[in-house]
Amino acid sequence: MITLNVNDQGHDVDVPPDMPLLWVLRDVLAMTGTKFGCGIAQCGACTVHLDGTPVRSCLLPVGSIGARKITTIEGVGATPTGAKVQKAWLDLEVIQCGYCQSGQIMSAAALLATKPKPDDADIDAAMAGNICRCGTYVRIREAIKKAAEAA
Amino acid sequence: MKPEAFAGSAALPSPSRRTFIGAGLAAGGALLLGFRMRSADAAGEAAASPFAPDAFVRMDRSGTVTLIIPQVEMGQGTYTSLSMILAEELDVDWNAVKVDHAPPSDALYGNPTFKEQMTGNSNSIRAFWMPLRKTAATARAMLVAAAAKRWKVDPSTCTTGDSQVLHAASNRKLAYGDLLADASHVEAPKDPPLKAVADFKLIGKPLKRLDTPDKTDGKAMYGIDAMPQGLKFATLRACPVFGGKVGHVDDSRARQVPGVRQIVVLDDLVAVVGDHMWAAKQGLDTLDVTWNEGEHANVTTEAVWRKIRAASEKDGLVAKSEGDFAKGIGEGEKMDAAYEMPFLAHATMEPLNCTAHVKPDSCEVWVGSQVLARAQKACAKITGLPLEKVVVHNHLLGGGFGRRLETDYVEKAVRIAQKVDGPVKVVYTREEDIRQDIYRPVYRDVMSASLANGRVVAWKHRVTGSSIMARFLPPLFEMTKHIDIDGVDSAVDVPYDIPNLRIEFMRDEPPGVPTGFWRGVGPNNNVFAVESFIDELAKKIGKDPVEFRRGMLGKNPRLLAAVNLAAEKSGWGSPLPARVGRGICAQGAFASFIATVIEAEVGDDGGVKLRRVVCAVDTGIPVNPDTIVAQLQGGLVFGLSAALWGEITLDKGRVQQGNFNDYRVLRIDEVPNIEVHVIPSGEAPGGIGETGTTAGPPALRNAIYAATGIALRRMPVDRALLARKTS
Repeated sequence: MITLNVNDQGHDVDVPPDMPLLWVLRDVLAMTGTKFGCGIAQCGACTVHLDGTPVRSCLLPVGSIGARKITTIEGVGATPTGAKVQKAWLDLEVIQCGYCQSGQIMSAAALLATKPKPDDADIDAAMAGNICRCGTYVRIREAIKKAAEAA
Repeated sequence: MKPEAFAGSAALPSPSRRTFIGAGLAAGGALLLGFRMRSADAAGEAAASPFAPDAFVRMDRSGTVTLIIPQVEMGQGTYTSLSMILAEELDVDWNAVKVDHAPPSDALYGNPTFKEQMTGNSNSIRAFWMPLRKTAATARAMLVAAAAKRWKVDPSTCTTGDSQVLHAASNRKLAYGDLLADASHVEAPKDPPLKAVADFKLIGKPLKRLDTPDKTDGKAMYGIDAMPQGLKFATLRACPVFGGKVGHVDDSRARQVPGVRQIVVLDDLVAVVGDHMWAAKQGLDTLDVTWNEGEHANVTTEAVWRKIRAASEKDGLVAKSEGDFAKGIGEGEKMDAAYEMPFLAHATMEPLNCTAHVKPDSCEVWVGSQVLARAQKACAKITGLPLEKVVVHNHLLGGGFGRRLETDYVEKAVRIAQKVDGPVKVVYTREEDIRQDIYRPVYRDVMSASLANGRVVAWKHRVTGSSIMARFLPPLFEMTKHIDIDGVDSAVDVPYDIPNLRIEFMRDEPPGVPTGFWRGVGPNNNVFAVESFIDELAKKIGKDPVEFRRGMLGKNPRLLAAVNLAAEKSGWGSPLPARVGRGICAQGAFASFIATVIEAEVGDDGGVKLRRVVCAVDTGIPVNPDTIVAQLQGGLVFGLSAALWGEITLDKGRVQQGNFNDYRVLRIDEVPNIEVHVIPSGEAPGGIGETGTTAGPPALRNAIYAATGIALRRMPVDRALLARKTS
């Protein structure tokens, strides 16, 4: 049995320790906001925070997490930067199909938590791991700046 | 929006049947309105379905208005735009509007253009613009009539607004919710008055999308998120060679994987069922399968190209002939060129998936599909169940791009589910999603033209490629006498004034490779060929590309205006550094008139950097201007991904790409600002979802041409060709 702290709630899960966190969240805990996109940490759709740091949950063995706090898209609104990013995403109408946006929002929230006033280069560096097939990148860049202004 | 707004089709009441535009009270006193467009056959089919309310609008006494949207939401904003059209003519309070997916039914929710329930070809607004307005206007007229009768006044003295009927002379008003019972007894007027464009309150405003709040906090439900009680998880592998079959399967190791519950072996695929996707995937990875690869085991990309190149040199079927091409080509300066487009995968962010529960007497499916009724029919056919025993729950689509116009993934899931006790969610790995795609076909466009007095006097364009229509809509293919009308879209209607024209279609099917629609469809290929060739013709006679186009757009004022605006906003003609160029694309595809200027830099190593993109669009009445801007921005990125990176290749009959590491798409650090200027218009709305995809590759190709003088004639961009020679 593995104990996980997800969005400040404890969960005991009976899964193999090498099972990636992504599938524990989605298929065991039925928290489907975190998305499967590629399975090889290429697209960022599965991004969650571990103690505030963005990680790709599709390759993260659940047994390696220990007591670190997991934050998912369902809980990121409770963090100051997460709430700001969510609001900016809606204010600038970033989202199209939306499938990648859980991961985009998680990456953006983590960026603002460490770098409250990112420039274009900071945004490119932090967000280049998140693919959006709808091509919402122009608005993602604008929305991160808008969220930063709201600080 | 509350999460229950997307409760799914099963949550809808089952109302009584109506003819054409009709209305009635359903359980709970909700007023139902709808229109019917289809034949008696289709009506019969709809009557058989317990989940088919013939209704686009549901109002309840509390004033909540639920709009049931026949077209699926895959990011293009159609839930919001179609809702705006309905709400506008209905005059309801926009804040009280809720949206629901329509259940499967060609009869009730068929796309008026395709005669079946289908979301594609950028046509949702074009197809439903008048039908939805008329439906909503009918409802409004009936509510007005009900109020007028109660007040004993002339209906023409009443007005509407914010879900109320108003009578200004007596300062009285009644909420729609209080009029539902009366209104349902009013005879539906035949030709209710539509609002004048000048009176629009919602249409033309950049209203917030209805579907996006749930997409910021994980609540939005895509097909892959379906979690029916007792669910098991599966992933599959089909024969990596198209058309091949399963030979021998050794599942001894797979059965040892913790959490693996079942191995399903069908004639063309294997699937592993487990307690979660991780078990299923590990099980699949340890399954030892040998395949009977069949006749396509030796197919290579080179063989595909040899075949299509040979076919493209022969005469095709004449899709259009104007003037006298044979005579015209003999006059003036002649030029020939051929352009080639690769196979492309769709790579929707949401990998293909479908959840199915097959029981002896019923089948239930959870999926995101662009063709809901087709999906339902496919399930009925496989299971042998009557249509009404197949329940399909539609979901938001994590991208469609034409991939979800197909039902192959639904069929595979149902065939697997037939072997499984209880519901099973079948999720493709990304690799399987890429390798079992239905690909944008390879095309070869052979062009000939002659030039005199600074313009084109004769033009021949022969499109050679797969006919998607022959498979997808066979009756249409027969009706058009084997000319694929999608294949020649934007070729037959080349936007320039050219007196002698000959457009041909030559069908050539790639051996074994399944081909299907891909965002931008036929115009993708044809706008690229036309706009690349136009640039080469301009250069041949030393004309500026924008000037050259302007000279031939006299009869196309909307496109001319777009070209002028894009040229102005992009600073066309102003000096640029070495190896930086601007390229233009002008197009009239999907009944929208768009000019796009891309500024790009070509590095010494042949790498291409996008610097700036400027787009001017006249798409008629802009229903939601912000959505138009978003679709162009996104569509351009989609098209530019293909231009810079997209190519599916084959060796030994197998697709060689498998994930985003080798099937690359643009990332944020490769995408510059994209400016979109929407031109005001009172014309009927055009299509927009695919237009950017069509615009990107030719504008980029022409920018590279301007920067380097190198005329690229194939996509994707060949960096080796662009690298500066050091010797």
